[in-house]
Amino acid sequence: MRKMLTIISNVLRGSASRNGAELVSEKCDLHKLEEGPPLQAVLTREEGLQYYRTMQTIRRMELKADQLYKQKIIRGFCHLYDGQEACAVGIETGINLSDHLITAYRAHGYTLTRGGTVREIMAELTGRRGGIAKGKGGSMHMYTKHFYGGNGIVGAQVPLGAGVALACKYLGNNEICVCLYGDGAANQGQIFETYNMASLWKLPCIFICENNKYGMGTSVERAAASTDYYKRGDFIPGLRLDGMDVLCVREATKFAAEHCRSGKGPILMELQTYRYHGHSMSDPGVSYRTREEIQEVRSKSDPISMLKDRMLSNNMASVEELKEIDVEVRKEIEDAAQFATTDPEPPLDDLCNHIFYNDPPMEVRGTNPWTKLKSVS
Amino acid sequence: YSSSDISDHISVTVRDALNQALDEELERDERVFLLGEEVAQYDGAYKVSRGLWKKYGDKRIIDTPITEMGFAGIAVGAAMAGLRPICEFMTFNFSMQAIDQVINSAAKTYYMSAGLQPVPIVFRGPNGASAGVAAQHSQCFAAWYGHCPGLKVVSPWSAEDAKGLLKSAIRDDNPVVFLENELMYGVPFEMSEEAQSKDFLLPIGKAKIERQGNHVTLVSHSRMVSLCLDAAAVLAKEGIECEVINMRTIRPLDAEAIETSVMKTNHLITVEGGWPQFGVGAEILARIMEGPAFNFLDAPAVRVTGVDIPMPYAKILEDNSIPQIKDIIFSVKKTLNV
Repeated sequence: MRKMLTIISNVLRGSASRNGAELVSEKCDLHKLEEGPPLQAVLTREEGLQYYRTMQTIRRMELKADQLYKQKIIRGFCHLYDGQEACAVGIETGINLSDHLITAYRAHGYTLTRGGTVREIMAELTGRRGGIAKGKGGSMHMYTKHFYGGNGIVGAQVPLGAGVALACKYLGNNEICVCLYGDGAANQGQIFETYNMASLWKLPCIFICENNKYGMGTSVERAAASTDYYKRGDFIPGLRLDGMDVLCVREATKFAAEHCRSGKGPILMELQTYRYHGHSMSDPGVSYRTREEIQEVRSKSDPISMLKDRMLSNNMASVEELKEIDVEVRKEIEDAAQFATTDPEPPLDDLCNHIFYNDPPMEVRGTNPWTKLKSVS
Repeated sequence: YSSSDISDHISVTVRDALNQALDEELERDERVFLLGEEVAQYDGAYKVSRGLWKKYGDKRIIDTPITEMGFAGIAVGAAMAGLRPICEFMTFNFSMQAIDQVINSAAKTYYMSAGLQPVPIVFRGPNGASAGVAAQHSQCFAAWYGHCPGLKVVSPWSAEDAKGLLKSAIRDDNPVVFLENELMYGVPFEMSEEAQSKDFLLPIGKAKIERQGNHVTLVSHSRMVSLCLDAAAVLAKEGIECEVINMRTIRPLDAEAIETSVMKTNHLITVEGGWPQFGVGAEILARIMEGPAFNFLDAPAVRVTGVDIPMPYAKILEDNSIPQIKDIIFSVKKTLNV
């Protein structure tokens, strides 16, 4: 396999073709695995441009959300994903849209990669009726087909994800569930309960720890007796890799998905990544880490820059082409922001709807005994 | 003499009625499955799932490790992905370990997703006081779960209740908390021919009048319905006719049935096994105050409840921690001023 990839590379380099390049990734750290994902993979030009566009879209969308939050147009909790784009994009390219995914509250990027549009994500953040959850969920509660949110309670999404995987196995549909959590959540008891059952029952579940080094304001060293999150599954095989390298993430995800689909049971991936923003918009993010650290990651490991440099140095795209994508992305975000700030708020008579599914209309008590509100499914 | 219902009635315990409901619903819908501690090979800690693992196997009847938060979460996830799980808590006391999954993951999700993500799940198990199991194993959770929008909370009394309501709960596309009672499992009830059918369903949210009466309304759920009926029998000898309402469902509460009765009897007493503060009875009384029946009350509505203490172990103490028939009789007479 590797030999074949090398040959392709020579041919491509030889012809100075812009169709694709074989790229070398760093070796993953392995736990209870004989072999890991391939060290080399082919990135086609189309793929490269698509990954670039999606990551840039997430980046600009999150930065726009930052702006809107500071203008008080977005309120409440807002946990931004800029810096971690390679994780969401890499994972999605390693699975199918028919597979399943669940994550915690830093979920805007995943909502996009799982099929949501920037418009409906932003309108959900601004609490409008055009939001992906009609304005009723907010930042932490966005859903699409085969994407189960957006979950506010740290760690609770992990058993949920294993349950989705159980359904996949039960229904025999060859689908898998990607179940994400952070370095902070990694110490939750219910995650270990889930590792146990997923392993016992061989559930097709990829557990993925997005280790961005800080659980809110607590660094990993201060929270975890063992920061080798890829080993914490104990009897579950694991791998640790660079989460800033979208190709690395893609190959590891493909490898993990194959593991699950072949009936071997769960597998664990630790993605080493970084968030530029603080934990949420209420956290400046500099009381527990230095500006130098943040700047260093930006200059040396930014996922979008890394992909851009790779594509340029392999002659897969021109500077102008990528700039054009940037312009298109900016426009898309502007349009979405425009929609998100002008779309009306949900109508008041939607207040009590969606309590129960498939039920006849019912009455809901308002704030006082004389106020009876209507609720439909 | 007509070959009426009576000859077609059979005697069925609550346990067997629950077992029938589970069996029938497992057979009817491939997506239904049961998970919990000891539900499979042990036949159920209280034998409610007896015979099911033998009939349906490992895929449909799943023994879990002792990890409530984990398996309740797994059950909710499976429901989100299209299955119809029945998650058993060995007793509802253990559901406290998993309560975040019941409330935050199950109950609220359909609303938070504005209708994108339903959660068709049943959480079931014994609730409330048993016999001699002491404080950590005797709590009633009707009020806790009954508090939360997005949940349906059901509390059957008789075998027919158990069967019809469990079947409805399993067919319901929403999260249902199904509160059984360990002391009722072995109690036999007459089950009508209608109730013996595989399609026998009882509607969630509708109370039943178990006994008609004109002088006072007794409202109760689960095992306490038995006590109300026993108290009513004693009081009848003294010419006091109690109307006994079996709530069947805690949430949504059938306030209309209670109001209609109170408007007839002018007196109301609620009877529950749980603690008084912020309890089921407290809610009923508040609704009566706020509704049309208030003007029909000839005396303040009152509650008969468990004593406001953790459940003690010694029999004499335990017996005096929960309502007894004499407490109901006493309260009726006080209310009627006789």
